[in-house]
Amino acid sequence: MSHASTLPKAPLTHRYRHIFFTVLTVAIVIWSFTGMPSFDIKQNAWLVTKSIVNGLVHPDFSYVWTGDGEDLTSSLLQTLGIAFLGTFISAIISLPFAFWAANTRNKFWLTTRSGKFVLTAIRTFPEIVLALMFIKAVGPGSFAGVLAVGFHSVGMLAKLFSEAIENMDGGAGEAVTAAGGTRLEVTLIASLPQLMPEFVSNTLYRFELAIRSASILGMVGAGGVGTPLIFAIQTRSWSRVGIILYGIIILVTLTDFISGSLRKRLI
Amino acid sequence: MTAPSSLPKRKLQWQKWALTIFMVVGLVWSAWITQAHMGLFFQNISQFLVIFQEMAHVDWSYAYYTVDPMIQTLKMSIIGTLIGSALAFPYALLVSRNIVTNKVVVGVFRFILNIVRTIPDLMLAALFVAVVGIGPIAGIFALAIFTFGMVGKLFYEAIETIDPGPLEALRAAGAGRIEIIRFAVVPQIANYFISYVLYAFEINVRASTVLGYMGAGGIGIYLQQALSMFSYDRVGLIVLVIFAVVLLIDYVSGKAREALL
Repeated sequence: MSHASTLPKAPLTHRYRHIFFTVLTVAIVIWSFTGMPSFDIKQNAWLVTKSIVNGLVHPDFSYVWTGDGEDLTSSLLQTLGIAFLGTFISAIISLPFAFWAANTRNKFWLTTRSGKFVLTAIRTFPEIVLALMFIKAVGPGSFAGVLAVGFHSVGMLAKLFSEAIENMDGGAGEAVTAAGGTRLEVTLIASLPQLMPEFVSNTLYRFELAIRSASILGMVGAGGVGTPLIFAIQTRSWSRVGIILYGIIILVTLTDFISGSLRKRLI
Repeated sequence: MTAPSSLPKRKLQWQKWALTIFMVVGLVWSAWITQAHMGLFFQNISQFLVIFQEMAHVDWSYAYYTVDPMIQTLKMSIIGTLIGSALAFPYALLVSRNIVTNKVVVGVFRFILNIVRTIPDLMLAALFVAVVGIGPIAGIFALAIFTFGMVGKLFYEAIETIDPGPLEALRAAGAGRIEIIRFAVVPQIANYFISYVLYAFEINVRASTVLGYMGAGGIGIYLQQALSMFSYDRVGLIVLVIFAVVLLIDYVSGKAREALL
């Protein structure tokens, strides 16, 4: 590239901005390395890594099905149930929240802003804390997981719903109004048919994420496959950790695949 | 609506029915397997609200102690995002169909990437705590792998949508693979990359606030302590601090991403 010098130079302000942000980024990165404990690989770490890898290579297949309801298959089914019911509950709760937060015409700006703020707050509230609170209310078990998934998902699902409402084409609704339709008829004939595919698709997407959260909520006692997983990690039975990990991977991959192909057909 | 019959008949009604039946069966089954008991929830909702009330009485005197762990959480997520993205960049090139034309290589490495993406972050944290011990290093490892999976996919999807023109031009001029990447790929996607890295950083800040729950450093450890001591006034404070920091990071990163794209 010997002719590069003949090209016009970038404007000075651009170059300074570029340099400024590069320096800033480098400074932040250097800062974040300060005060970190030095990373020395202990003898122990290699041993543990070796036994983990060994456990992953030789998973405990006898745990897949024992028939007493404490095995991997039933925990995975429980996880699936938590995600399904939790997502279902959150889809219902999300509807009013979505209409609250959607930025549509003829709406007071504070309503939209407050709605969006509430949804952000729900999204940020740690799901684990929520699960522990529900465990206090209904006792440990999958039902607490269902409630945690159900309430936490509202933050994201209602946001997606409200974006679908915002992007809706207003023409059909206006046509119904012009033909003398009431507000209820506008909703039923014009809005819902337009929104339905989007809503179902968003709910399916959220279901994929719910499977992931349902599989770790058990770590704090909220049912599903997380409970045997944390026991296996704490007792260092790596072959059991291995088979549970494979179980989670298979469950997540399968649900992602099925829900993904359903979503493709919808839109 | 006098002549609805003149409209073309809708096809595939049975699909709707199948979906409805599937949903109802799924609902009943999942309620059964999770032993869902809505009555129990409404009966004990006072318990739940009591905790909420206690959380609302925020223990402000504790605020000073949350500053250091919160900074550690931020540092953890910065380093984790950095390592994960640095690993994801070459990997994304490897699994992009327009860079690597060998279908087997792309298929195998994509499969690995998809598997990495399915592992939940909290589980990674628990595993790394077992390997390197309690502390922020475990969190950094967990976040790095988590970021790798997330950003790797975004990266290769971005690479596959680039304009093939410059690639062909350089190839025709006899450029090697490194030169093609440097002069045809990187200039087209640099801004997207930075934007995705910032996006991953936002998600990592959220994730790292709870990673400590498994012992992986940061404010999560304090959250876990407060929860196990049932001091919900402190839990309330920690949640508020997390909320404020997440909002701030989202705002700054969102502005930066807007400026980039």
